[in-house]
Amino acid sequence: MNSPLVHGYEVVIGFETHAQLSTQSKIFSRASTAFGAEPNTQACAVDLALPGTLPVMNKGAVERAIELGLALGSHIAERSVFARKNYFYPDLPKGYQISQFEIPVVQGGAVSFFLGDEKKTVRLVRAHLEEDAGKSLHEDFIGQSGIDLNRAGTPLLEIVTEPDMRSGEEAVAYAKELHKIVTWIGICDGNMQEGSFRCDANVSVRKPGAPLGTRREIKNLNSFKFMQQAIDYEVSWQIEQIEDGHAIQQATVLFNPDTGETRAMRTKEDAADYRYFPDPDLPPLVISREWVERVRSEMAELPRVMAERFVMQYGLPEYDAAQLTQSKTVAAYFEAVAEACGQAKLASNWIMGEVSRRLNASEMTFEQTPVSAAQLAALIGRITDDTISNNAARQVFDALWTSTSNDVTVAITGVGAVGAVSEVDAIIEAKGLKQMNDTSALEAIIDEVLAANPKNVEEFKAGNAKALNGLVGPIMKASKGKANPAQVNALLLKKLS
Amino acid sequence: MGDLHNKSVAQLAAMLKNKEVSAVEVATRFLARMGGNPHNAFLDIHSEVTLAQAQASDDKIAAGTAGPLEGVPIAHKDIFVTKDFVTTAGSKILQDYRSPFDATVVTRLRDAGMVTLGKLNCDEFAMGSANENSAYEAVTNPWNATRIPGGSSGGSAAAVAARLTPAATGTDTGGSIRQPAAFCGITGIKPTYGRASRYGMVAFASSLDQAGPMARSAEDCAWLLSAMCGPDLDRDSTSLNVAKEDFSLGLMQPLQGVRVGLPNEFFGEGLSGDVRRAIDAALKQLQTQGAKLVPIALPRTELSIPVYYIIAPAEASSNLSRFDGVKFGHRAKEFSDLADMYEKTRSEAFGDEVKRRIMIGAYVLSHGYYDAYYLQAQKIRRMIADDFQQAFSQCDVIAGPVAPTTAWKLGDKSDDPLANYLADIFTLPASLAGLPGMSLPVGFGENGMPVGMQLIGNYLQETKLLNVAHQYQLHTDHHLKTPGDVA
Repeated sequence: MNSPLVHGYEVVIGFETHAQLSTQSKIFSRASTAFGAEPNTQACAVDLALPGTLPVMNKGAVERAIELGLALGSHIAERSVFARKNYFYPDLPKGYQISQFEIPVVQGGAVSFFLGDEKKTVRLVRAHLEEDAGKSLHEDFIGQSGIDLNRAGTPLLEIVTEPDMRSGEEAVAYAKELHKIVTWIGICDGNMQEGSFRCDANVSVRKPGAPLGTRREIKNLNSFKFMQQAIDYEVSWQIEQIEDGHAIQQATVLFNPDTGETRAMRTKEDAADYRYFPDPDLPPLVISREWVERVRSEMAELPRVMAERFVMQYGLPEYDAAQLTQSKTVAAYFEAVAEACGQAKLASNWIMGEVSRRLNASEMTFEQTPVSAAQLAALIGRITDDTISNNAARQVFDALWTSTSNDVTVAITGVGAVGAVSEVDAIIEAKGLKQMNDTSALEAIIDEVLAANPKNVEEFKAGNAKALNGLVGPIMKASKGKANPAQVNALLLKKLS
Repeated sequence: MGDLHNKSVAQLAAMLKNKEVSAVEVATRFLARMGGNPHNAFLDIHSEVTLAQAQASDDKIAAGTAGPLEGVPIAHKDIFVTKDFVTTAGSKILQDYRSPFDATVVTRLRDAGMVTLGKLNCDEFAMGSANENSAYEAVTNPWNATRIPGGSSGGSAAAVAARLTPAATGTDTGGSIRQPAAFCGITGIKPTYGRASRYGMVAFASSLDQAGPMARSAEDCAWLLSAMCGPDLDRDSTSLNVAKEDFSLGLMQPLQGVRVGLPNEFFGEGLSGDVRRAIDAALKQLQTQGAKLVPIALPRTELSIPVYYIIAPAEASSNLSRFDGVKFGHRAKEFSDLADMYEKTRSEAFGDEVKRRIMIGAYVLSHGYYDAYYLQAQKIRRMIADDFQQAFSQCDVIAGPVAPTTAWKLGDKSDDPLANYLADIFTLPASLAGLPGMSLPVGFGENGMPVGMQLIGNYLQETKLLNVAHQYQLHTDHHLKTPGDVA
């Protein structure tokens, strides 16, 4: 597997992602985590670090960490340790952040995904639990800064990869896959605009075979689009620096979407000494095997497990299975269609093809699909029983798409299958799309066309196979598109032999 | 009724229950004694709050819904946060700070019926052995006002000794209940780490801080401790999940056959002669009552000083980061930028000892030094705990001095932090191991100052400690002496 080179350089990327966990209350207090409240209305005494307050672990946050570990095939540490990361900042009320340092709760694991049709695997180093800081509001007050501590103490899972990615494209594909997993298992709402899923990319370049280059960390990438832009810019910038004879300095940089450039915030020389030490207010986090098993038994089927099942159960190619498990909605839709029509591969083709194309064209999400699974299944049924051709089916699909009487949620559960079949049949009937499966009528048309095109007949007989196309076209036209192309071919060959 | 202030907690509780006296009368008597703030023991008093609580207690007694200590007064070390009184932790950085909630210990004592007299002076953030590190002036010893009361719970010890309150709360991180109790001739106990909730205690060193009662007798301490302790799992993750206990139930066990371990290391060169003589006499008394004295070893006793003075400052340096002038407490009036605000705020409002410990703590945790100091200290800490387990295979309780000397003169060691640290040698080992320890008065030194004997028990063996101390107090009267008797 070769890495794509950029001007002769290999790109090396590692990710740190902060996923905000979907708990109702904060990681060490009982205050609400809801987004968007008035400043400082969701910060209790513990969040404000009032004297005498102490942290108490939110079990829901631990369970979400366990779920991620199980989803990614990681080791769930039986004993992990919370540490204090000490630094002064006004939006850090205690003067330290409670995080995990030496012993994180989730260790190892991997994220696999397709980049084009190539399967990639990015190894994880770890995922650890920690609390978020508050927000400093520098714009709203002239000459002063405001502090909003609503976010302080919000539970985060920081997910750290090995430097396994070799292009901006691959990095984005990784981030999308991770985003899919955390939202699929429901540990994070994935809302990137609200900061629920924030990525930092560690980027370096090197000549192939050389040791790792010095990395720069692009902070707070909160959209997939900016992620790609930022990494691509950073890669070009680093290569340019090296080509100009400058060494790369380790630094933390920010991406400016307006200029499309990255700019250094601080260099390694400014790096703080965080004086990490185990938090004496929190005993080690002990997770029993029983707890892990209970969480496992309560978890929904994981995307990669479901993808494996799609391959086994429906005989789908791995690529199809991966595409169809991009979200629970897509997967449920696929299963409903496949079960109803018994044609898994066709169902997959239609979902990845026509359905996706229409959704993309109208900028809709899968949840908004106006064609129900029962309708699509009925449509596929009419293709496989030779009632309509693929071309005709696309017309029926268009008609279904634009009709307004559909209810996806009902359809996905399989209710209304009978109604869907009659609906599809009605469209076929109204549009006159029914294939001409009546052999005698078709044979009459073929005979007419053969008589009218003696030149083609002769050429075909002389060995020019392409001459057949000159005959099929007029036949299809004469049948007004209703002839079954396979049947036409078969009959033609028979008559010409 | 004239000697109401000389009554013990147990006596007052009985009198109140029998309606021989009202809670308001008792509170009024003590508030009167507190007038003029003798020994500078109190930092905040609100008589209207106290009298309202007393009235509520009288109502409960009348209604027959009284708690076990209904109407008995108590005062709290200023390390416990309180809604109705200012909480300073002895520091300028929390001058006028009012907490929106009460510490769990305060709530529990209130639930048991106790009436709050006010808040007691202490060393700043409980850092000190002489109470000379309070930002609100030193506390003086009721036995001799030229001498220190001990620390850091110096206000608590002085207030109980001077009969300004029948009982007080204290906190003990490295001996801060036991040493002032010894220096002021009263009884105090630090329970097993995790017995009493730390919620609402202004944190000094989280892995060591523990609340406990200070009163005149072991019996009183047993009543108070029973009310204070119990799980607080929703607020304090280090709270032990051990059911509430009535520590007074074991007080009457005879001492016959009780093995009292005497660590060699506690009776060596550093121990002054008069303290030694008082302890020896007390041990002889225990022997007379049937106890058996057995020599034991705590070989790492000396190491407890460097270990403690690494771990406690390390935790303190982090715990005190929240005092940054941003959210509450003191903020410098003028500053040029954020860093300047932090620097001025903390420079102005922290005292020398606090600054010293923050610097030591930041140093031992810093990159490149962590392994050599903090990690190494934690390893030795575990060995010290193991040494105790070894010792408890040979004895039921450990006895020894609380401090090498009696209370020294104000100012004597105030310029010599190291001399202060070294004086903590006998109290630090039990703190590092998280074991319960107590101090009880056993006589007086050459200068007329009280001598305290320390008892250390195994985990959750508070009842055994209180039992031994109570049996001793049934046969002796050192705990009944008041400063007036001796002067």
